Amino acid sequence: MSKHMTTNTPTKAPIQVQASVLKNLDAVRAMIKRHKLNDYIFSVIGLLALMFALLTLLILFGDLVMDGFERFNLKFLSEFPSRRAANAGLLSAWVGSALVMLVTFLVAVPMGVAAGLYLEEYAPKNWFSDLIEINVTNLAGVPSIVYGLLALGLFVYILGLGQSILTAGLTLGLLILPIVIVSTRESIRAIPIAIREAAYAVGATKWQVVYDHVLKYSYGGILTGVIIGMARALGETAPIITIGALTFIAFLPPSPVTDVAPFINFEWLSSGFTVLPIQMFNWLSRPDHAFHINAAATGALIIIVTLLMNGTAIYLRYKIRKNIKW
Amino acid sequence: MQNTTSIIKAQSKNLDFFYSNGMQALKSVNMPLYENKITALIGPSGCGKSTFLRCFNRMHDLYPGNKYQGEIVMHPDNTNILEHGVDPIEVRMRISMVFQKPNPFPKSIYENVAYGLRVRGESNKRMLDDKVEEALKGAALWNEVKDRQQDLAFNLSGGQQQRLCIARALATDPEIMLFDEPTSALDPIATANIEELMSELKQKLTILVVTHNMQQAARVSDYTAYMYLGELMEYDDTNTIFTNPTRKETEDYITGKFG
Ligand SMILES: Nc1ncnc2c1ncn2[C@@H]1O[C@H](COP(=O)(O)OP(=O)(O)O)[C@@H](O)[C@H]1O
Ligand SMILES: [Mg+2]
Repeated sequence: MSKHMTTNTPTKAPIQVQASVLKNLDAVRAMIKRHKLNDYIFSVIGLLALMFALLTLLILFGDLVMDGFERFNLKFLSEFPSRRAANAGLLSAWVGSALVMLVTFLVAVPMGVAAGLYLEEYAPKNWFSDLIEINVTNLAGVPSIVYGLLALGLFVYILGLGQSILTAGLTLGLLILPIVIVSTRESIRAIPIAIREAAYAVGATKWQVVYDHVLKYSYGGILTGVIIGMARALGETAPIITIGALTFIAFLPPSPVTDVAPFINFEWLSSGFTVLPIQMFNWLSRPDHAFHINAAATGALIIIVTLLMNGTAIYLRYKIRKNIKW
Repeated sequence: MQNTTSIIKAQSKNLDFFYSNGMQALKSVNMPLYENKITALIGPSGCGKSTFLRCFNRMHDLYPGNKYQGEIVMHPDNTNILEHGVDPIEVRMRISMVFQKPNPFPKSIYENVAYGLRVRGESNKRMLDDKVEEALKGAALWNEVKDRQQDLAFNLSGGQQQRLCIARALATDPEIMLFDEPTSALDPIATANIEELMSELKQKLTILVVTHNMQQAARVSDYTAYMYLGELMEYDDTNTIFTNPTRKETEDYITGKFG
């Protein structure tokens, strides 16, 4: 060290600077240690919060599975509801849910994507579009029963659509519309300006930019929002009860596909129906404990389907975003 | 360097530009672009170089509230490309642009280059293949990517991505090509490649390049313009600007006393 010092005599100043850092090194180390302790404390708190949420869900799910275990068989899915709990099944409920979801999807996706795209790409940015933006975000927080009341007035009484699959699908479609709009806008906004400018710079029109770029790069995010919205719609009960879904149905709606031309049939849209959460609610409200087993099995099924949908959303987002780096 | 025979390809006349917040970024700029020459724009950061360049392909039209005053006349047809009746898309079909940071689309190498042609309605596969190959060759990228044209553009290096962007801008046979600090995100070797490329490209088209690298301006350009606070301070052939500038401010900037 001393030899090193003597060979470097002309550059005295830097050595002094070094020495002062060295002198403070203990203090620096103590400080880093203190800051790291904060990291540690936070990670413990965060983990506990996460575990609390996860464990609650897990225990709930485990409880449902244990209670409903004896109904986990195909017969449960292929039988209509019945006065005898052991013979009762979910056939009309899951078919109803599937058809309602189909309408919901067909309503929410085109409308939500078009609205999000318009707001983000076409609408002039002024106080009016700000107002719309705030309102769309607020709509996502409106209690779902309010949508039910709106639907009862508009779809059932004014438009005369009846207590039908169409009414339910429209209602849930409106309910998840804000989710689709917001996720559409966010995925669109994530596309860098440089990419848009690149497209415009080679002479693309606005619609070419939207169609060839904006939609192509954002559909992963849009799809994620759609699936999460659909998963929410699947479990919605209040608005469906409000519009007057039936609780005991021992028939299926007319099939959407037929064996005579034109092979599709829209009668199912005006059919009465029930859905999974309503069937569950119905069984739960019976005094006979045997029906509670059915309810638990239904609850477990809803959770499984919801988790599968969310899992698909996560997988798709990962897969689609893999090719896009910004 | 003196070119008495040069033809003017485009010319800005009393060009003012106002951003939507009311800020005047260009003040009465009069400047020619000579055909098959490289014109370099230099000047301190924020002086309006990019603003000026982006007037040439009406990029400012993408954002509401921006305002041009004055003219940019293109020859030989004498079109004032800033005129209201002239569609910005038509202007961008004639004048292409390469940006500061490489900005390829998240698509294949092939689709990146073909995009400008697709926008123009070209869908013949043979035609597209030929044009893509020609553009990639023109951008000195063909040898590196000819066997992997379907790979994602993001898998290329930064310098290759920038040459891909040049190929994309080249594929549509533009009359003028704009470069906004095209090498500022690149390493010295990639920079040298791009500079060499620009010197080749000027055989075919007219180039306007913004650079904050004085050596680059001196190396590649035929004419140099020095801008300061939205005004064109001095314009001359590059040799004169770098060896014998008329104005003191230009000399100070070039010699690094200022900026
Ligand atoms: N979108 C904008 N809105 C308002 N002012 C802008 C905008 N873009 C650039 N400016 C201003 O215009 C001036 C010129 O900017 P620019 O042309 O980007 O400079 P340069 O490319 O020479 O660094 C700067 O003062 C900058 O702050
Ligand atoms: Mg700039």
